[in-house]
Amino acid sequence: MTAVPISWFLTLSAVLFVLGVAGFVFRRSVITVFMSIELMLNAVNLSFVTFSYQLKQVNGHLFAFFVMVVAAAEAAVGLAIILTVFKNRATLNIDDVDSMKN
Amino acid sequence: MDVILFLIFAVIAVVCAINVVVQTHPISSAISLVGVMGSLAVLYLLLGAEFIAAAQVIVYAGAIMVLFVFVIMLLNAGAESKRGRSLMAQLLGAPLLVALLGLLAYFVQRLYPRSASVHFGGFTHGTPLDIGRALFTTYLLPFEVTSILILIAIVGAIVLARKEMD
Repeated sequence: MTAVPISWFLTLSAVLFVLGVAGFVFRRSVITVFMSIELMLNAVNLSFVTFSYQLKQVNGHLFAFFVMVVAAAEAAVGLAIILTVFKNRATLNIDDVDSMKN
Repeated sequence: MDVILFLIFAVIAVVCAINVVVQTHPISSAISLVGVMGSLAVLYLLLGAEFIAAAQVIVYAGAIMVLFVFVIMLLNAGAESKRGRSLMAQLLGAPLLVALLGLLAYFVQRLYPRSASVHFGGFTHGTPLDIGRALFTTYLLPFEVTSILILIAIVGAIVLARKEMD
């Protein structure tokens, strides 16, 4: 029975977070950008649960739970906004939605 | 055994996460994201977080991703266009991301040396009993605020997405 170093979990969390940032920065489709945000939230949740294991406390699990709830609320409102933007402008490209720019 | 389990699902998670970023079609990204969430649920089980693992599968992979797939279907979203990429993002983006990852990994390695380790069954206080007890005593106020947040989100989503009545 070999044990996994705790730093491996945190490094995996960092890798997933950086991939989420990459999707957020490089992608043009608004839906994919939104999914990258969910990926980042998942990475942070993994960190919370890992710290909870390390400190032998249940608090980290509750923070992960609250992050999940906020992610669900954010997904509902965000996807409704995407629907409205698509109805008004007929585009999913984030570069075309720039009316606050000028 | 734990190391093998961790490595299998960590590799699945990273490969699926890379797939989320590189796929041009949103539906492929969504399916890959479900893969990330499923493998993360297994890692939560390894860390002793039974309730969070179940909530991950039900809330994330079940509810949120179904919402995403519905919206992708509803908008008939196709592959994204390649035009309009800024030169700055292409030149600076990848090096800065690698620098961020390197920095994070460096600090993690420095802060947590090999002595601290995870083995299955090392933490058994992640059951629904413990979560519920903490949720309804210490975290009662945040829990109630959460229910109001969900209510506001539901009303907001309906107001935003409905057809205009007049």
